[in-house]
Amino acid sequence: MMHAVRRHGPYVLILPGFMLLAGLFVLPVGQLLATSFGDPAGSFVHYERILTQPVYLRVILRTLTLSAATAALCLILGYPLAYQLNRSKGVARGLILLCILIPFWTNLLVRSYGWIVLLNPQGVINGALREAGLVESGLPLVYNTTGVLIGMTQIMLPYMVLPLAAVMSRIDPRVMDAARSLGASPRAAFLKVYVPLTLTGALGGVLLVFMISLGFFVVPAMLGGQRDILLAQLIEFNVNQTLNWPFAGALSAVLLVSTLVLYAFGDRFLGLRRLWGAE
Amino acid sequence: MRRPGRLLLGAIAATVCVYLILPTLIVVPISFTKTDFITFPPQGFSTRWYAAFFTRPEWSGAFVTSLVVATFTAALTTVLGTMIGLALPRLPPRANRLLGLFFLLPMIVPAIITAVALYRPFAQIGLIASVPGLIVAHTILALPFVVINVAAVVHKLDWRIVDAARSLGATPAIAFRKVTLPALAPGIAAGGIFAFLTSFDEVVVALFISGSGATTLPVQMWSGIRFEISPIAAAASCLLLLGSCLLLALFSLLKRT
Repeated sequence: MMHAVRRHGPYVLILPGFMLLAGLFVLPVGQLLATSFGDPAGSFVHYERILTQPVYLRVILRTLTLSAATAALCLILGYPLAYQLNRSKGVARGLILLCILIPFWTNLLVRSYGWIVLLNPQGVINGALREAGLVESGLPLVYNTTGVLIGMTQIMLPYMVLPLAAVMSRIDPRVMDAARSLGASPRAAFLKVYVPLTLTGALGGVLLVFMISLGFFVVPAMLGGQRDILLAQLIEFNVNQTLNWPFAGALSAVLLVSTLVLYAFGDRFLGLRRLWGAE
Repeated sequence: MRRPGRLLLGAIAATVCVYLILPTLIVVPISFTKTDFITFPPQGFSTRWYAAFFTRPEWSGAFVTSLVVATFTAALTTVLGTMIGLALPRLPPRANRLLGLFFLLPMIVPAIITAVALYRPFAQIGLIASVPGLIVAHTILALPFVVINVAAVVHKLDWRIVDAARSLGATPAIAFRKVTLPALAPGIAAGGIFAFLTSFDEVVVALFISGSGATTLPVQMWSGIRFEISPIAAAASCLLLLGSCLLLALFSLLKRT
């Protein structure tokens, strides 16, 4: 026994966790995907259905658009915040960090609930707008795509800011001084020296946010409308409402392959694993 | 940067900070309302919704279930994840890369797919609507976070202190217990905290595999928000927020050491 441990030590240590994941995670996911090919009418009927019926293509397109919009908004809001975080010191830095980390560590449902309280027709924001006489009746801010976008962007923002801030903190401030002393205007130094140095962090953050958004279920289900559902909700609907497991398997395969391809790309070219570990 | 630019940047950053923190903190005033429904600004001040949270069996029961599940999940993942985190760096590079990726999979695969995939096998072996079933599922989901945290401290560990202990006559077992483990403890504890929180907050997989008798707090919150908009969900949210802040403080302390 001891001899075996010494010789195959690392593999013995890994074995229990490996068995757990292989048997109760990888195998079940494989089985789910396999059911999608098991139709007597042909192996690919469920995939044909996804590709030929406009209703499913619309869900996929909506999911792609919304994830891209979330990633873009996160970059637009996250870049200045990461920049400010990096140049702040003391109390200001601590406050910014708290504003990023407290939501990051808080339950998704709590944050979604907070958004419902803020955005619903009788909610805080609409109430304030009515008080100010800016609107007559409540604006439709939640239970639609607007609500999902507002909530998703807030929830994904830390995934953008933390990797970006980590990349920015590694930039030697002297390179900016060098650019300035060689005659670059502040704007040129920022655009031609600083921004390119943060490009991997920005692209990594965009990829990470886009990838996680593709499979998001809780926030769209809480803040979205009944009509414009996303891919994860369509999978849930096929399992719980129509009990169409093979079709849910096919939709899962589409989502899983997209996620894994994005991950592999990010891991290979953008150091995604390290960025993700920055949390 | 010139002054107007600096001010503009500061204003943008402050606005984004408000956007980040506002929906997180709004639950605090709401939870102390006297009224039966949500109003803003809240009317009066009372702690009745906290009392309701702890006396209504569906809420207090879910809270206890979540605590039990998260505690067992943290314990299990800490043991399994530490073993994996210790072993990975000692593997040949290729095996290290492949197995490293393998143990990250539960973090990469979207939760909805994991939830749907686990449902049928868990039903076959009687793990649906049971506390052990939730523990097993959450252990799978939380394992990557412990592996990441432990692998990070193992990577930074100065193995010469272990060699020193060995050359001074410590057996491998004693060197491990007295030198290696204490050096890795902060990373292991950080991973354990992350695992606890992952389980305590997890909702998608729990929605599928929990049931009467084993409802977690997030599942109860889910139905509490979707089917009855009662301030009791705000009280529950506040307690979750408080718990998260405490764990975050603990986590930051561990990362500093």
